[in-house]
Amino acid sequence: MSEPALVARGAGFAYRDGHGVAAIDLEVGSGEIVGLLGPNGAGKSTLVRMLSGVLAPYRGSIRLFGAELAGLARIEIARRVAVVPQETPSDLPYTALETVLLGRHPHLAGLAFESDADLELAHAALAQLGAEELAERPVAELSAGERQRVAAARALAQDTPALLLDEPTSFLDLRFQVELFDLVRGLAARGRAILAVLHDLNLAAEYCDRVVLLAGGRLDAAGPTAETLTYANLTRVYGTEIYVDLNDLTGSLVVTPLSDRARRRLGHRR
Amino acid sequence: MKISRAPLDRRRLVRALALGVAALVAALAAGVLLGAAPVGWSTLASGLSPVERAILLDVRLPRVLAAAVLGAALALAGVAFQALLRNPLADPYVLGVSGGASLGGVLALVVGVPAAALPVAAFGGALAALAGLERLATVAGRLDVLTLLLTGAVFNAATAAAIVLVQALASREELHAVVSYLLGRVPALGGGALAAVAGASVAAAIALGGWGRALNALALGEEGAAQLGVEVGRLQRAVFVVGALLTALAVSWAGMIGFVGLVVPHVVRRLAGPDHRLLAPLSGLAGAAFLVLADLGARLAMAPRELPVGVVTAIVGGPFFLVVLRRRREGRGV
Repeated sequence: MSEPALVARGAGFAYRDGHGVAAIDLEVGSGEIVGLLGPNGAGKSTLVRMLSGVLAPYRGSIRLFGAELAGLARIEIARRVAVVPQETPSDLPYTALETVLLGRHPHLAGLAFESDADLELAHAALAQLGAEELAERPVAELSAGERQRVAAARALAQDTPALLLDEPTSFLDLRFQVELFDLVRGLAARGRAILAVLHDLNLAAEYCDRVVLLAGGRLDAAGPTAETLTYANLTRVYGTEIYVDLNDLTGSLVVTPLSDRARRRLGHRR
Repeated sequence: MKISRAPLDRRRLVRALALGVAALVAALAAGVLLGAAPVGWSTLASGLSPVERAILLDVRLPRVLAAAVLGAALALAGVAFQALLRNPLADPYVLGVSGGASLGGVLALVVGVPAAALPVAAFGGALAALAGLERLATVAGRLDVLTLLLTGAVFNAATAAAIVLVQALASREELHAVVSYLLGRVPALGGGALAAVAGASVAAAIALGGWGRALNALALGEEGAAQLGVEVGRLQRAVFVVGALLTALAVSWAGMIGFVGLVVPHVVRRLAGPDHRLLAPLSGLAGAAFLVLADLGARLAMAPRELPVGVVTAIVGGPFFLVVLRRRREGRGV
């Protein structure tokens, strides 16, 4: 058996202010969607930066498809892992299509121009995100949600066997959230390894095969989604009461943080 | 104005560059033929007198060629710094390299260094500024863009003050030489100097154009570019050195000719798009044409007296900068 696509072993990183992550063990196999969850400042983005080779771990190791990440050139990393970032600069001077074509950079040699095949891939990526009509629009004129779809299309055009999504839905409305993750599920079904940082636990519950809960830079819990997204785990990790139950109709997990008002209602009922 | 552009391919690149070459040739022809003593087409056709020949080939041609190579260098330096700082308003002058060059030149003038050695002194000043800037702006082993900008601004202010101090201590003739040096004018470069600046400009156009896709990716930010496979640190350092050397070369021979590096890439970007594979070489050609025409304007405006070309570029560039800045602030894009 070959080793999983993405493997972090005891990977740790500390920023100068002492924040960071400590000794994280993590695996993402080809064909699965793993959710990376946790409160603000838990170290999720730091982990994404390490896995994409932007931050070198101080301790431990990260392996991509059997190769030590530290031994790979940046361009080799970029052929293996694409990242959908939280935000794309709003003053980008390019059209949506030009932005998506940037995703072909790691596949183009030296002075090469994008070929017709590259162009087709870029158009297809835009189409998959329902953003084909944005192709000729300057990115600077797009809404945050449209920009996010263009960023996702760029990562798709990068055509990598692993995909890291860092809060890819923060600016998307519900329709595009669902469409994006249906698309991601399709990518996983075709053998891509997916790691997604998510704030929306309901989205995580619906789409992730496994989840990893981070808190305070440490791995708190990890496992299959339904077994890991529990009242006890979530309440501990997020530091607020979080209920988990099933939707009667769809059978999906529903995650509900308890508001003050809900807590009072609950008190009355008890 | 909304321009819908097809993504760049080799044919579009070649076509645009051919247009750029044509524009440059036209500007060169205008620069040689027009002047305080005009030479008409009829004279040209019927043969030139020895005096006309001397004016055209010995007086105007060297100066026009110098303007062309200096303009190309300044425009390319602008492209380099704008890509590096991810800001279309960056200019060789904001980084303080030109301040260092002019301080070196001014000191040399006052100390009485022979005129021929002036560019060497200015170049030394620019390199010293470059080394200092690079050192001060390297944070944790990386060139930090914000620190670079702030250091450059402080450095420019400091060199300006130092230059004023030198001026205050200078004698009357020295003062005149200093002022005319600082205003920026196009010298008739000797063969060696001309070849050096031309060679540097061509090399820079090829390098910046060749790094074009990586420079394009840099607009996504350092992290975004790195995730696309760009060796960001190495690229930034290389672009910084290219831009700084071009600035040093241009300033050391021509003094302070401002705004070329700002206006030219900006106009090229509007006409041909932001792709650095085209933007860099086309800005080089357009910068050459622009400074030839600006120098022609400087010669003609108050003929037979000449204005320093730095005055012409500043009169064009200053208001241009303010309009662009204003439009950006109003969110109308660039």
